[in-house]
Amino acid sequence: MSAYLSSLAGGMLIGLSAAILLVLNGRIAGISGIVGRLAQGANISVNLAFVLGLVAGPVLFLALFGSWPQVTITVGWPLIILAGLLVGFGTRMGSGCTSGHGVLGLARLSPRSFVAVLSFLTAGVLAVTLLRGMGL
Amino acid sequence: MTSRPAQIAAALLAGVLFGFGLALSGMLDPARVQGFLDIFGNWDPSLAFVLGGAVVVAFAGVTLSKRMRRPVLDTQFHLPSNNRIDARLIAGSAIFGLGWGLAGFCPGPAVASLSLGLWQTMLFVAAMLAGMMVHDRAYRTQRAPAHRPA
Repeated sequence: MSAYLSSLAGGMLIGLSAAILLVLNGRIAGISGIVGRLAQGANISVNLAFVLGLVAGPVLFLALFGSWPQVTITVGWPLIILAGLLVGFGTRMGSGCTSGHGVLGLARLSPRSFVAVLSFLTAGVLAVTLLRGMGL
Repeated sequence: MTSRPAQIAAALLAGVLFGFGLALSGMLDPARVQGFLDIFGNWDPSLAFVLGGAVVVAFAGVTLSKRMRRPVLDTQFHLPSNNRIDARLIAGSAIFGLGWGLAGFCPGPAVASLSLGLWQTMLFVAAMLAGMMVHDRAYRTQRAPAHRPA
């Protein structure tokens, strides 16, 4: 399967997951929100079930295709720690990430999420451009 | 019907679909995510199809949900009510975006790829949780200052 097709199919499954969580449980499939609430001990059983399923997803991929999905990490530990801190802090401050604002927010035609997506995409492009400028 | 076990089963199913979808889509690969953000360099636009496909299917779910008085397994929808576009939203999203670009991980793929057992994703998720706690601590003291004598 071409990269474009598998990206489209994977994206549609992510959308299906978001639709299921919304229609059945009435909840937004925002990962930073779900992980954050789980860390705070809110609605533990339901949030934990979602996170365990999320972690099991790549295992299902392994079972079906016989290999793990590709994960290529090029940056070292100092940048990983910095990036993790920024992602955790920023998603709390901005109340969402690529799933909550990106998928659900855009699907709900939320102006607030449009602005959030524009902001994190711009910053993401800036970060990668800076990295490339430094030869990383 | 508002049974807790049914809600748990629905969340588990949604989680597996989400994690499998991420794995299939290529979003678990930080090198590809960075390639997608590298629009001034060697740009790889394929991941735009992930967001596109996800938004279209999620939109169908949103449309369906608007015709329902309540979700199938709960008494009410739990949707964000805040629609303010303010500095917190823009700055927070920008801070998130910087971190996303630096390592190529956003929260979903980082948590999903924990199953591969790589130390880098474990370290990233630990730092992400720490970043959330730092924010919540700073924000709490900012919002609820200690009583000061007048």
